[in-house]
Amino acid sequence: MIRVALPAPLRALAGLTGETAVAVAAPVTLEAVLEAVEAAHPMLRGTIRDPATGARRALVRFFAAGADFSHASPRALMPASVAAGREPLLIVGAIAGG
Amino acid sequence: MSGVRVLVGTRKGAFILTSDGQRQRWDVSGPLFGGWEIYHLKGSPVDPNRLYASQSSGWFGQVIQRSNDGGQTWAPMSNQFAYAGVTGTHQWYDGKPHPWEFKRVWHLEPSLTDPDLVYAGAEDAALFRTADGAQSWQELAGLRGHGSGSRWQPGAGGMCLHTILLDPSGSGRIFVAISAAGAFRSDDAGLTWRPINRGLRSEYIPEPTAEVGHCVHRIAMHRSRPQVLFMQKHWDVMRSDDAGESWREISGNLPSDFGFPIEVHAHEPDTIYVVPIKSDSEHYPPEGKLRVYRSRTGGNEWEALTAGLPQRDCYVNVLRDATAVDALDPCGIYFGTTGGQVYASADAGDRWTPIVQNFPAVVSIEVQMLP
Repeated sequence: MIRVALPAPLRALAGLTGETAVAVAAPVTLEAVLEAVEAAHPMLRGTIRDPATGARRALVRFFAAGADFSHASPRALMPASVAAGREPLLIVGAIAGG
Repeated sequence: MSGVRVLVGTRKGAFILTSDGQRQRWDVSGPLFGGWEIYHLKGSPVDPNRLYASQSSGWFGQVIQRSNDGGQTWAPMSNQFAYAGVTGTHQWYDGKPHPWEFKRVWHLEPSLTDPDLVYAGAEDAALFRTADGAQSWQELAGLRGHGSGSRWQPGAGGMCLHTILLDPSGSGRIFVAISAAGAFRSDDAGLTWRPINRGLRSEYIPEPTAEVGHCVHRIAMHRSRPQVLFMQKHWDVMRSDDAGESWREISGNLPSDFGFPIEVHAHEPDTIYVVPIKSDSEHYPPEGKLRVYRSRTGGNEWEALTAGLPQRDCYVNVLRDATAVDALDPCGIYFGTTGGQVYASADAGDRWTPIVQNFPAVVSIEVQMLP
């Protein structure tokens, strides 16, 4: 299972109190993980990615194994530690707005 | 009727205020959806337990929530607002074409007869409709597509469809207002549309009497007289006696005819309310005095209502969707401020009391009558 840590507003929206875990068949790409998260929690559709274009929302960021995947290709492979479930993909609300 | 429920949307969540028919003691619940901007909540006129809420965030976009139990529990519904067909362009601030981009829902207007049927006014300006209780949304594309859409331009607050009025006679007539495009009317339940801005004069646009381009802040009607409309424009308070075919100014003796909301008394179709604001750049009351103005003559002659409202050092604003009336007798009237106060009057505006004083900035107020 792939572990995913969501920002607090999206955890509340999805009714989660901690991380979520989703099954993703190899190859474990960023896009595949996001699709699995949206499939498991349909209320999150449109809150992480634009529903029309699939593009990351401007003030959402992705981090995995200490690396910034925010500008990575949707087909970028997740690091081995995330793909193996040893650490989560971090979905983060950008520090913005003062 | 035994009670009143006031639905409050704020910059950081929603609140529900309830009272009995005396409207003296209030229970406050919330915040719901804490941290999110709640542009609007509204209940179905035929099922007061059915509520809809527009929840949005600069980070996470649009969410639509629905409650079937009067706001005790909520469920996220569809947030898929897709413009129909070729999206097209409107004018950007520099006058150049700019593609329509969905940003948020400003206003939700449940049908007068069907709790599953709801209209949603969006930014960038468009009208959407659900017939399945917000499980799916379809654009009523005749509004953007009727011909003037490519000339619409955003106001300072964005290009938003913020007002939706449904003709209670069952004619299928719908009025909407868009900043900064103007007022529009459909006579066939939203299929086809046309601008209804004749008589409006806006000195701040290239053609002051243009067919579209007016920054209409709010329109209101009384259910017994749906051909009579009242409008708070960017500047000017206006009235139409022919369902928007023509407008005339009724600003009369107001200290400023700039403002955002306009409201109609529940039982007196010619009693109307506005909250004058100093100017388009100074969004606070003239002289630092928070005054609601009431006309009992359908406009032109206005009286200041001040009892219980701050009459010095007050520099809050009252946004366009932040006033409402109840249906009790005497009529109750409510408004919320950007300073986080919600004021209520149980006697049609003669005396005011704050229900709460320290909410986040209030964006919207709606009132429901409870059985």
